[in-house]
Amino acid sequence: MPSPALRVLTDFKRWATPLPVWSGRLHAADWPLTARHIRTQGGRLLAFWGEDRRAEESAYLVHAAFLIATGIVRTEMVVDPATAVYPSLTSIFPNALRMERALYDLLGIRATGTHDTRPWLRHAAWPADRFPLRTDFPGTDLDVAADRGYAFPPTNSPDLHEIPVGPIHAGIIEPGHFRFQVLGEEILRLEERFGYAHKGVERLFRGLDGAAGARLAGRISGDSTVAYAWSYAQAVEQVAAARVPERAQWLRALCLERERLANHLGDLGAIGNDAGLAFALTQFQALKEEFLRENQRYFGHRYLMDRILPGGVAFDLAATDIAALHGAGRALETAIGHLQEILAEHGGLRDRVVQVGVVSPERAAYLGLMGVAGRASGQAWDLRVQFPPSPYDRLQVRMAVAMDGDVAARMAVRFQEISESLRLQEEILRKLPDGHPYHPLDLREAAGEGIGWVEGWRGEVFFWLRMAQGNIRHCRPQDPSWTLWPVLEEAVLRDIVADFPLINKSFNLSYSGHDL
Amino acid sequence: MYRILREVLRLGKVGEKPPRTQRDPASASPSCFRHSLGIRHVDAGSCNGCELELNALNGPHYNLEQAGFRFTASPRHADVLTVSGPVTRHMAAALQDCHTAMPAPRRVIAIGDCACDGGVFQGSYAVVGKVAAVLPVDLQISGCPPDPDALLRGLLRISGEQVNS
Ligand code: SF4
Repeated sequence: MPSPALRVLTDFKRWATPLPVWSGRLHAADWPLTARHIRTQGGRLLAFWGEDRRAEESAYLVHAAFLIATGIVRTEMVVDPATAVYPSLTSIFPNALRMERALYDLLGIRATGTHDTRPWLRHAAWPADRFPLRTDFPGTDLDVAADRGYAFPPTNSPDLHEIPVGPIHAGIIEPGHFRFQVLGEEILRLEERFGYAHKGVERLFRGLDGAAGARLAGRISGDSTVAYAWSYAQAVEQVAAARVPERAQWLRALCLERERLANHLGDLGAIGNDAGLAFALTQFQALKEEFLRENQRYFGHRYLMDRILPGGVAFDLAATDIAALHGAGRALETAIGHLQEILAEHGGLRDRVVQVGVVSPERAAYLGLMGVAGRASGQAWDLRVQFPPSPYDRLQVRMAVAMDGDVAARMAVRFQEISESLRLQEEILRKLPDGHPYHPLDLREAAGEGIGWVEGWRGEVFFWLRMAQGNIRHCRPQDPSWTLWPVLEEAVLRDIVADFPLINKSFNLSYSGHDL
Repeated sequence: MYRILREVLRLGKVGEKPPRTQRDPASASPSCFRHSLGIRHVDAGSCNGCELELNALNGPHYNLEQAGFRFTASPRHADVLTVSGPVTRHMAAALQDCHTAMPAPRRVIAIGDCACDGGVFQGSYAVVGKVAAVLPVDLQISGCPPDPDALLRGLLRISGEQVNS
């Protein structure tokens, strides 16, 4: 056993994958025990999902993936259909709460020992006693009624008032509801209500073949299409025990860095705009648009959708493309340098972003923060550094970290990551190995489980799937937003309502990736 | 201030010429829409890809306001409702409310493959499907996602123009 965190997990098996994954089954009684052990060793809860296995083994399965110092621990627990309950992990990993609530909505098995049993993803679309992830879900009695009667905690003082916002917002953004309790301008409480973008993705995956699954995976959260497509491809390639051509791996990493660049450019402009600095918005939007056009020209899609497939990538770069991308990268670097100086010295902007929307490193560690928001609160974690998949193991990624945990820190991390991604792009283009970028997989007999795990621009995107006879039986894509959204509720406290858009933008979390 | 000005000058004018258009005599759009549209966008459960392109359309390359178009924060100020996504069951009611809140005359544009026919989410228990299943749709702009140029051309058509290639 490579780590003390694994000592309780005696019969866990190491998967024969490049990614260090230990997998095994736990008794319900050992479930919280193990989780607590992992927690005290500094581990995190990565993903949490359930599966209807009544046909195969007369039980439901609850799955969880934990991160420990040496890799991923993937556990499953058998849940008896007669009682349909399992012990909650919420008191150990706070980010489990919404996942457990969602699991009840979708599979009808209940976590015991939590105080909050309100629905999470279900509004009125299907009846409370039907569960879409059960194989016998009838799919009838479906409704389009609005979400009424969700129990928001009441205001307990006549001096407070409530501001309900959404699901439709003033800007061009995704749907979700925010309920503020404010005293004058000050936010004393924020409660999120999501599920508006719930599209039944987990069930839609059932029965899809490798290629159809890739299309859907790339549309779970459009702004992270590369991260999803890559983690999906990793999982499928694991099931098929396939080796991906070297050139494809390097091109995938190039796509991932370009996705990071495009989103960071957009976010920095939008944060500036929310602080009243229209100059920043215009400048960054112009840079981003040129960048997206390069994506279209050299990769075939402005957001790089459907570029990554199980088996490789769907494009290739010619020597002239590589030269052009080198040049464009250098020009972008210069432009960003100027903008960074201006923004850093802009008094009006500093006023709005410094010490606003603070998440302290202690809270960040407790809540399991990762990704851009985690690194801005001192959580030195980046999959590309700790568990670098090929080709990152040869690129030596320099991690961006800041300690202040405010909007300014999240901006600073983005600036650092832009220059690092541009450096990585340079190196990838310079060292790109020869060969084919795609090697078709024979998935006809593919059966078993696979895990994908990619450091997307927002945070790590996790993908688990089970295949049989070449088709997907069940899968779980897990967006970092599951863990990050609850943090926003904390980050805005004691700030004023007018700062909410700014703080929200500095996280820029996915609704679609979360609502599934 | 000096440095901001320097960057503004360095960037220069990136705005592009809009597509050439002429008044479409066969258009069913009211004449008050001509080069004057307030647009309210509703994401009815998209993957957020379509929103990326709508935001890009708002950028300096596309000169949206020069064409007389702008996005509004309220449906009360809107002539056109753009809708993306496969209309999830959880968004259908809010979408209808938003449409009802718009003054007449009003038009609806379905944006992206999901809004046109449900896209990859078609057939899910959680979605209604195309926007036309919920609201009267006047124009569909396909694409996954449709790029800003396609969006701009669609808006010009709804405003009563014939768009030459
Ligand atoms: S059309 Fe494409 S980009 Fe638009 S919401 Fe649907 S999947 Fe996303």
